Amino acid sequence: MSMDTLKATFFAECEELVEAMAEGLNQIASDDWDTETVNAIFRAVHSIKGAAGAFGLEKLVAFAHRFETVLDRIRSHELSIETEVLRVITRSSDVLAELVELAQSDAEGTPSAYDALLQDLSKFTGAADVAVAEEPFFAPLAFAPMPLLLDENQTICVRIFPDAAFYRNGHEPERLIGALGEQISVRCDFDAVPLLDGFDLDLGYLDWKVEVSDTPREQIEAALTYVQGLGQIGIHEEPPFLLDLSLAPQIVAPEVEQSAPEPRPTSSSPRQASAQTLRVDPERVDRLINTVGELIINQAVIAQKIDASGRGPDGDVSAALDDYRYLAREIQEAVMSIRAQPVKSLFQRLARVVREAGEATGKQVQFETVGENTEIDKTLIERLADPLTHMLRNAVDHGLENPDRRAKTSKPQIGTVRLMAAHRSGHVVIEVADDGAGLNRTKILEKARDKGLVPADAKLSDSEVDNLLFMPGFSTADQVTNLSGRGVGMDVVKTAITAIGGRISISSEPGKGSIFSISLPLTLAVLDGIVVSVADETMVVPIASIIETIRPAVGDVIQVGHDQWVLKVRGAYVPIVALGQLLGLSKALAIPQKGPFILIEAEDASVFAFSVNEIWDQRQIVIKSLEGNYGAVPGISAATILGDGKIALIVDPDALISLAGRPQLETDLIAENG
Amino acid sequence: MTLSVLAIDDSRTMRMLVSQTLKGAGFDVVTAEDGVQGVETFATRRFDAVITDINMPKLDGFGVIEAIRQSPKNRRVPILVLTTESSEAFRNRARGLGATGWLVKPFEEEGLVNTVRLVTGQG
Repeated sequence: MSMDTLKATFFAECEELVEAMAEGLNQIASDDWDTETVNAIFRAVHSIKGAAGAFGLEKLVAFAHRFETVLDRIRSHELSIETEVLRVITRSSDVLAELVELAQSDAEGTPSAYDALLQDLSKFTGAADVAVAEEPFFAPLAFAPMPLLLDENQTICVRIFPDAAFYRNGHEPERLIGALGEQISVRCDFDAVPLLDGFDLDLGYLDWKVEVSDTPREQIEAALTYVQGLGQIGIHEEPPFLLDLSLAPQIVAPEVEQSAPEPRPTSSSPRQASAQTLRVDPERVDRLINTVGELIINQAVIAQKIDASGRGPDGDVSAALDDYRYLAREIQEAVMSIRAQPVKSLFQRLARVVREAGEATGKQVQFETVGENTEIDKTLIERLADPLTHMLRNAVDHGLENPDRRAKTSKPQIGTVRLMAAHRSGHVVIEVADDGAGLNRTKILEKARDKGLVPADAKLSDSEVDNLLFMPGFSTADQVTNLSGRGVGMDVVKTAITAIGGRISISSEPGKGSIFSISLPLTLAVLDGIVVSVADETMVVPIASIIETIRPAVGDVIQVGHDQWVLKVRGAYVPIVALGQLLGLSKALAIPQKGPFILIEAEDASVFAFSVNEIWDQRQIVIKSLEGNYGAVPGISAATILGDGKIALIVDPDALISLAGRPQLETDLIAENG
Repeated sequence: MTLSVLAIDDSRTMRMLVSQTLKGAGFDVVTAEDGVQGVETFATRRFDAVITDINMPKLDGFGVIEAIRQSPKNRRVPILVLTTESSEAFRNRARGLGATGWLVKPFEEEGLVNTVRLVTGQG
């Protein structure tokens, strides 16, 4: 087992402990806690400290030690949890988590709040010694090499007259004497042994005298460390064996011996009962997911074969196949749920981000979370951390107003930032909402014009203005604040979200706040899509982006420019994107007149009509990455294998829309469509 | 004869460290992750020594010592306490319940091995 494995174990464990700590603190913050809550936090901090010491993480140990001291005082009711205490322990848990992160990334440096918090903590440590135990790592025992030269005069006499506790604690005189040295002479005094009727097996009656001539005094003292006080045990100076009568053995049965066994101090509470878990290498789960993917493809192949063989859909085979399909789907869901994890741990980590942002900007922020138990694929959770961190910082920094401005608008002084997760029709929706001033659209537009991102005379809808935030290089803060203005803007957030197959949108109301909403697929491995043919190619359009499919009536397709077409949908005009032409397929329809259309909702909520040749069916498909083999293809997100074994490309509607370019007319035309 | 040691600690890292260290020194090591599991494991077979953490869920180390020492036949089994707590009061409590010795985390590998050897009479 290598040090790396050990470290990996340590950090994996730390992650869980930090989570447990945060959960406990949340319970305290919401005033729903008991002694076991504090115990659990204490244990978490304590375990981190214990293991951190093994890796020489001194700062971590020192901090955890002081933190633990304070928790211990709370635990023993010496200290009650008042506002300031709660603040300090909450912040301390943040710093501790940060220290763990720093250690994990092997980074030098100290969290900015480290010193301040150490100070704060020491206010509450009371009389307890706050210095980290500086004594040797273990009680020093006699294991140094024996000195070669021995001084005759150094003969040391040791008396070992054990009491009952000595024996009960698992000590043996022979072992102890053996540990004293090699050159020894031993005498045993039986005088204290009583007659048989007064004999108690549990008590010690033997009195040993040992002369040691080859061991330095310190070593002997060390060897006696564990037995000090367990009877009359110690080093005697000259003259040997001359005993003061007052030291005569008094055999006293220790009180513990007689007492009835007390109920064991169990401290488990229902809340503590942790579910049984199984640790599995993620690669194994991935393999399983892949295999299930193949299974689903295989099912499609069989379905197609049966279809081709001319058996009707009512036959026995088809019924059996339906069962197969059902089971395959069950297995797939079960396998996916292995990787699913509640977003709770992520949300807890993010609470820290909000607290820090509040401190850095001097704004009072109340952080609310909703839907912590929503489960998402673990891979997605990890990849959400950075974008959400940025969004939350933005919400505090740019979203919330300064306290004085809030006062003027008669809003509560404490701003609210809400993080919400929920499952919505096969998707995971995550929202970051603030009750701040809302987006300043005039300013955004001005900025975008200044930067040449939009033509000076462009008329943009509110939602289009909002979406300017996602354009690369856009930053609304007049001055780069030390918080969110770190050279990355919302475009980076958007890229990160898009990379995991998600979409992000904004809704904002002046004076009331903004909501940034992320919509994610439940998993990265399978998606529901509509299979279409474009020219001679089979393609898949993800169902997530589809609003509806339309077969246009005569006159609904209107040419509005040289090669621009719009589709009239219930009184609104929707720009047409001709997929075949766009992708450069040779057999593409020149004019998208008759074909069915798929109405697509773009990320910014604008609507487009994709023209295709035919729409086949809707099905679940397994995503096979293209990038590993081909590199990124614009407009195509991945591929899949269909039932007939052929490859179908999965289109990326948003990429296609930007590939097509936005027709100038679009704004005016779809404005009425909302 | 290979001596077997039961190591009880709720920290996975500590369990690995202890077991790695002692196995390297020729001991047979069995681990348990909380006090209850420790006491249950102890009952399943013969152990030559027990190393236990103190702060653990379900049953703490003091409870483990108490539970093991409760039976007269376990009087002679050395029980070492391995913990970050190093205060006098703490030691006295552990010892009052029947702990044979104590080690402070973090431990030095040699120190752990030597101490286990000492209390098992293999020193």
